[in-house]
Amino acid sequence: MKSKQKIQTPMRELDSKKRITHFEEVALGYSQDEAFQEANRCLQCKDAPCIGGCPVGIDIPGFIKALRENRMEEASLILKFSNSLPAICGRVCPQETQCEKACLLSKVRETESVAIGRLERFVSDWEALNPVTLPQIPLIGTGRVAVVGSGPAGLTCSSELSRMGYAVTILEALHTPGGVLVYGIPEFRLPKKIVEREVNTILELGVQLETNVIVGKTVLLEELIDQYDAVFLGIGTGTPKFMGIPGTNLNGVMSSSEFLTRINLMKAYRFPEYDTPISVHGHVIVVGGGNVALDCARSAIRSEADSVTIVYRRTRSELPARMEEIHHSMEEGVQFKWLSAPVAYLGEEGWVHRVQVQKMELGQKDESGRRRPIPIPGAIEELPIDLVIEAIGQSANRVLFDSGRELSVNQWGNIQTFGDDGITSLPGVYAGGDIVTGSATVIEAMGAGKAAARGIHEFISSRNRSIHK
Amino acid sequence: MGFQMIQKREIAPDIFQLRILAPLVAKAARAGQFVVVRADSVAERIPLTIMDVDAAEGFVDLVVQVIGTSTRKLCDIGQGNTVLDIAGPLGKPSDIPSKKTALVIGGGVGIAAIAPIAQALKKNGNSITAVLGARNRKYLILKDRINHMVDRLVCTTDDGSEGIRGTVTAGMDFLQNQKVRFDQGWAIGPTIMMKFVSQKAQSMGLPIWTSLNPIMIDGTGMCGGCRVMVNGKIRYACVDGPEFEGSLVDWDNLILRQKQFASQEKESFTICKGSKIDEANQ
Repeated sequence: MKSKQKIQTPMRELDSKKRITHFEEVALGYSQDEAFQEANRCLQCKDAPCIGGCPVGIDIPGFIKALRENRMEEASLILKFSNSLPAICGRVCPQETQCEKACLLSKVRETESVAIGRLERFVSDWEALNPVTLPQIPLIGTGRVAVVGSGPAGLTCSSELSRMGYAVTILEALHTPGGVLVYGIPEFRLPKKIVEREVNTILELGVQLETNVIVGKTVLLEELIDQYDAVFLGIGTGTPKFMGIPGTNLNGVMSSSEFLTRINLMKAYRFPEYDTPISVHGHVIVVGGGNVALDCARSAIRSEADSVTIVYRRTRSELPARMEEIHHSMEEGVQFKWLSAPVAYLGEEGWVHRVQVQKMELGQKDESGRRRPIPIPGAIEELPIDLVIEAIGQSANRVLFDSGRELSVNQWGNIQTFGDDGITSLPGVYAGGDIVTGSATVIEAMGAGKAAARGIHEFISSRNRSIHK
Repeated sequence: MGFQMIQKREIAPDIFQLRILAPLVAKAARAGQFVVVRADSVAERIPLTIMDVDAAEGFVDLVVQVIGTSTRKLCDIGQGNTVLDIAGPLGKPSDIPSKKTALVIGGGVGIAAIAPIAQALKKNGNSITAVLGARNRKYLILKDRINHMVDRLVCTTDDGSEGIRGTVTAGMDFLQNQKVRFDQGWAIGPTIMMKFVSQKAQSMGLPIWTSLNPIMIDGTGMCGGCRVMVNGKIRYACVDGPEFEGSLVDWDNLILRQKQFASQEKESFTICKGSKIDEANQ
């Protein structure tokens, strides 16, 4: 059955007026009819360009075909075969720049790609209620692997290695697993019970999880190298950057990392039921234009802010955040102040009260291919503010490097890897995700975790072979 | 799940010494480091300096004064029951010299944080003088323990119930009048005390390490909440500290930042005082 529908089947969402009063998930997912309707738009291309657009290489036409023929279990197995976290990817992947960008339909005039992400979400949410087990693969590997960090990279690497037969132990610094999925991405985009479910699926494979273990502090990297056959480092970027303008240390100025950690990991939005406080009131500004900035703004608007404004030094067309999130933010009443950059925070009695904003104009293109913002001389305005959240990115966390052994890092302090499998300068030590690439997406980190699992398998099995010779 | 509290003793009114099984922390900890503790599943993560460890027995000793919800919850956990999370050791260890003369200053519950430093200094053959200060003699915690580690002990109390009447800076004045000189000092206590001790030390030409206790969440450099201004630069107390040279710290900024959530903390503590939490954890 061929569909003539040119646009993606819309997904139902909570009404924007209502949803800003709580943190419940905004996107409601497809019904079965909607999923079939959308799945029928897939052309089932022989060369499947969409698969090439997926960092973990899901057989996208395969799962969509199974879905539209109502073979749900098979659809689910196809997804899970390539992707350890389908319910998460279906929600937070930027499909529009990956699989959906490659979709042949999107090349046709006035036609949108298949909504692959929404279909992935539909299948994995079906699977949550109708659990399927991946068929056992014949055990091919023996050995012990330590995986440092339980974010998308670490979870994927663990899942892959465990399915190959390795004994995997995840070491997580925080009290709960998930990394950025629990401390970074808010509940209304990715409910924490979904993360818990996906993590549990991986633990059920036999992966051991040790929380409250900070590698570099509680145990050293060199101890792991001694105790395990291989180590995977998926520790994330870690440390927030500040612009460093005057007034940064006033109360009411915080990093996006602190703001989101309080809200997401510590559940400060439920204070005083949860003990960790947050103070969101009056005029809030968020500095930056990425997905993290939007997550902060949308969290603030769900709290007790009178107004929430994103201050961005370029314009809407350069905004790096996902289209869908920009659209959601605007619906929810987040305001945008384009071509503006704070230059000083002014305070009273230790609390931030005003911000001086420099107006910018766009000049020539810079290395990133975007037009560079240039200050307009003398164009400075002052705005009243009560809370500033700086969401301008992170740099490499330094804690791991307290360890004695020499691990090569690049000029940004990220771990240097050599080749596609994430091998570092230390034999048997692999790395992947944001700690290698700098801030990137969940699915890219998962792709790196998967590649490293293959590298680790080759490393251990070739060593085992040479021992047995 | 969790970490068993094998011993709990109230060593002064509302100050508890908690002995908790945490073998990996006990094995790795060095003087000057801290742990981040979460009492139960809705609790805050709070940093607490490690007072002592026993690597063989696998326990850590923490000394905690009840000042709000988080410390109340922790100290309400019964002996034999569990603390949900302990992560560490965190922060950089103290830089302990050998065969020098050292002055260690502890104020209030900060006395407990100065104890492991005194112990490490003793181990390295330093000559140690301690100044311990508290509001009255009941709060001069761990006095005998520290007395065993040091060569000279000076106590100060606000009310004069023991030692010199006054704050720890009165103890420093006393030593200065005696013409005692030191190569390196440490001071741990309330922020306002560390501010005045740092000023005094600077006037004496004494370099002094102070252990800062800003509000923290993760304790691993991830959130930037614990940032302090040191020598005009932003530093993270959790990974760059917790010890910084006292004369370089912007104390007034730290004091303001510590009050960031004062009204919420008060609200939370009022609710907490009405209920006992321990059972929920078990």
